[in-house]
Amino acid sequence: MSEHKAHGGKHHGFAHPASVKSLLLVFFSLIFLTWLTVFQSTLELGSAELVVSLFIATIKATLVILFFMHMLHDKPLNAIVFLSSFIFVALFLGFVLMDAHGYKDSYEFKNVDSAPKIVKTTE
Amino acid sequence: MSAVATEPTHSHYESNEADNFLINSKGVLSWALTLDHKRIGLMYLVGVMSAFFVAGILALVLRTELMTPDQWFLTTQQYNQVFTLHGAIMVFLFIIPSVPAALGNFLVPVMLGAKDVAFPRLNLGSFYLWVAGAIFFLSAMLYTGLDTGWTFYTPYSTQTRGPVVAATMGVFILGFSSIFTGLNFIVTINTMRPPGMTWFKMPLFLWATYATAIIQVLATPVLGITVLLLAAERVFHIGIFDPAYNGDPVVFQHFFWFYSHPAVYIMILPAMGIISEVMSVHCHKSIFGYRFIAYSSIAIALFGFLVWGHHMFTSGMAEVTTIVFSALTFTVSIPSAIKVFNWLATMYKGTVQLTTPMCYALSFIFLFTIGGLTGLWLGALSTDRHLHDTYFVVAHFHYVMVGGTLVGFLSGVFHWWPKMTGKMFSEFWGIVSCWFVFVGFNLTFLPQFVMGSRGMPRRYARYVEEFQDLHQMSTVGAYLLGLGLFVALGVLLHSLRSGKKAPANPWGAATLEWQCSSPPPFYNFQSPPTVNEPYDYLPLVYRDADRGWEYVQQTTPAPKPVHV
Amino acid sequence: MTSHAHDSHDAGHGHGEHGHNPFLAHHFDDPEQQFDSGKLGIWLFLVTEVLFFSGMFCAYALYRSLHPEVFTFASQYLNETLGAFNTGVLLFSSLSMAWGVRCAQLRQRTGLVICLAITLGCAAMFLGVKAIEYTHKWDLGLLPAGEYISQFLQPAHHAGISPWLYYLSAVPALCVLGFAAWYVVAVTTGQKRTAEVAGPLLVTALCYFLGVFVGIAFQNAEAASKAAEHGVAEHGVAEHGVAEHASVAHDEGHDHAGDERDDVMLVSHSDVPVVPGAPELAAVDQAGGAGVFFSIYYCMTGVHAVHILGGMAVLAWLLVRATKDHFNEEYFGPVDYVGLYWHLVDLIWIYLFPLLYLIK
Repeated sequence: MSEHKAHGGKHHGFAHPASVKSLLLVFFSLIFLTWLTVFQSTLELGSAELVVSLFIATIKATLVILFFMHMLHDKPLNAIVFLSSFIFVALFLGFVLMDAHGYKDSYEFKNVDSAPKIVKTTE
Repeated sequence: MSAVATEPTHSHYESNEADNFLINSKGVLSWALTLDHKRIGLMYLVGVMSAFFVAGILALVLRTELMTPDQWFLTTQQYNQVFTLHGAIMVFLFIIPSVPAALGNFLVPVMLGAKDVAFPRLNLGSFYLWVAGAIFFLSAMLYTGLDTGWTFYTPYSTQTRGPVVAATMGVFILGFSSIFTGLNFIVTINTMRPPGMTWFKMPLFLWATYATAIIQVLATPVLGITVLLLAAERVFHIGIFDPAYNGDPVVFQHFFWFYSHPAVYIMILPAMGIISEVMSVHCHKSIFGYRFIAYSSIAIALFGFLVWGHHMFTSGMAEVTTIVFSALTFTVSIPSAIKVFNWLATMYKGTVQLTTPMCYALSFIFLFTIGGLTGLWLGALSTDRHLHDTYFVVAHFHYVMVGGTLVGFLSGVFHWWPKMTGKMFSEFWGIVSCWFVFVGFNLTFLPQFVMGSRGMPRRYARYVEEFQDLHQMSTVGAYLLGLGLFVALGVLLHSLRSGKKAPANPWGAATLEWQCSSPPPFYNFQSPPTVNEPYDYLPLVYRDADRGWEYVQQTTPAPKPVHV
Repeated sequence: MTSHAHDSHDAGHGHGEHGHNPFLAHHFDDPEQQFDSGKLGIWLFLVTEVLFFSGMFCAYALYRSLHPEVFTFASQYLNETLGAFNTGVLLFSSLSMAWGVRCAQLRQRTGLVICLAITLGCAAMFLGVKAIEYTHKWDLGLLPAGEYISQFLQPAHHAGISPWLYYLSAVPALCVLGFAAWYVVAVTTGQKRTAEVAGPLLVTALCYFLGVFVGIAFQNAEAASKAAEHGVAEHGVAEHGVAEHASVAHDEGHDHAGDERDDVMLVSHSDVPVVPGAPELAAVDQAGGAGVFFSIYYCMTGVHAVHILGGMAVLAWLLVRATKDHFNEEYFGPVDYVGLYWHLVDLIWIYLFPLLYLIK
């Protein structure tokens, strides 16, 4: 039922206080990575820019999840629960994008000058 | 049976009558602000049954109009509003919450031998979100009449006059009710199982509830964002779904069905869980293929996320996508078939008792099988092209949702009615209701398969003369079905007044909820019950009609029944 | 409620321990089970939030992949510096939140209160910057598709602080006044606990305006640098019709000494970016083009901001409980759970920033 190893020291029970050092280290890494993201966007990488910035964002996300959200010291079930949600997001985005690109030639991209009127329903 | 020393009856059976959860505290507020999962479950039961009644009347209105090919008493506009209301109320206010919220809330903690769900206040919150959503939703529709169909397809839903925003916000609120219920159940089943109840010693109803809860948590938020974006589309014209601004209506359908297909598994899985329980108990035989049923519940939940495109084959999707979705759709039928085989195998060499719950359960198997099989024609691209948006689809989903979920729900209500209310009902009239429902249902919807395959479109208020006979048959069936449901309701209400007092275990079941009194005390169990095999009936001994069955703790271990 | 009357029925349950921990719910066996349940519960809730936002990320991915030129055009109107600043602010708030959880676990009451206050303040500052960003765009006509005004067709508009900013800032202003009054009352009547709540809330409301000032400062800086780039600095009406290269920069100073809210120097609307040719420009600079980008921008950042507001409400509740010394190494769940929610809000912004602001 509840088998939580008592980490964190003699009087902490199931609590696991993060060390100040680790918190600060993670924070400054995140700031650095933010700067890096902005810097790389000035480098004219073309279409690779999206991949690079998302990659850096994922590193930042990993740091936040592992340390600020203490997933590193959490029960594996919680990690599985949270991370598996991204599988479903990928499924959703994947299919919709694949489909939309499949039929994109069947319609035109138009210029919209003004808002269309609301169509009255019959009766 | 090997020699076992019989111990005196469990102390769980005996609890102070004043502790009965129905009466341990009195007054409207004690119910309105209750944190007792059993009371919340009952309030949900009353709520969903009321919603069902309203939507059912609307169905009869539709079917009555369809007696004649031309206009009788509804304009086409009114007809559109009526079927929209019928569908929306049934889907969002009845079918999705019915089994999990009404029966699940009552049963999950008791089946676990626990005192309550993990988050009782969240549970009450879920109920009030249901109420709020219901009020929002209904009043929005009754005010000016929504005519988009419950599916809210764009661009019509972005352009029509009518309370689309109000209705979709009602859906948004109801979505959270569903999410929180699912969340509560996942945590409860994960962290509050008693010592000794491993995953594979859980009743199958809990497996079904767990799988349903997974879908609720994963899929419903996508519905939330979809309706939010739809509302934003109407108010601010954000241009995501509206082609007038280079938006894409097919994308709306993707967003909508990504939730709404898994939603149908939210509707059917709990009912399947009920059938697993009822079949085993009323055949007095261990469920065949426990692990297969358990795994197939999870498989249905997961595969159900892969097939939503089969609602959109004719919408303008890319051809490749249609092929992929069609192929995937066939896989999702496999776990369901496994369950049906296992239920039938459970009956083999069992001691079948044709009680009311069993009658409904047998109806379920028959009707769900037809519904499931007809889905195959709809999953195949070539046939779907002809059958999409015809009455074939209408018949298919009514077979699974009414013949499946509703009948399963009724089976469960009858099965657990003695436990929830402490009253036995009239078996004779219960079985009468089952027959009326079965015959009436088939008479209503079998003709619709025929009509649909001959080209009768759905959501049409007027039709060509050649379909009139089938429509009239269908309408007669609908009234018969309605009558059967009234009889069922009458049986239940009558039992409240004059039913015999129910013993703790009237059916001879082995799961934990039958080891407390009927109705349970508000604290469920005085001491945590001993976990046992949920489908092992050897330790159950029948005393008499008043005392029902009793679970006798084995002091020497009984031979282990063979489980798959 | 009877179901909560854990006292009278403890005897039958064989647990005598329910007494010493007032926050142990009756249906849990021990604090650890309660904590584990809550933890799983909040992770599940975060799953629902991920799926909720996924719809908008899907819309983003869809429209960007289908019309990259629209996104490139429209993204120029987003101020990168403000976006980066906001990212830093949220990251700092995540630090303070995580530190707050640590304080709760170690019974460091004052530390916890300070950490929660900092988190709240950062959140308010984030919203202040967002208010500047939003009102600036509204002035320019950079609205959702239904209301979008083509940048090359827009008429002249006022420089200075957007009037919308006053409307948006009305509630924070009321909060400043309200919390200030509350704080003064609490201090003068010696209610220490209340002052411990009112003080941080006052600081939070003030941080909103700090964010507003920072936003204005950065926006002026950007306008000034762009004006220097294009060598144009004059009042003027944007040219009607399509222009290959047009640049307008308004500089206007308002200097009301002593009036906090108006003590800002410049608000300038960004100049029209350089775009290659007329037909391509017309195709992107229209309601069905850039208008859809801004729809997605407002939806994503707007829903995100709503989550920040919700988070602030819950953080304020935590603040009240913290001052009442509710948390210790056996019961810190609420702080932990709110922290997880807050980190998710930060996570979403970590992705929103490069996706919206850094499109080149």
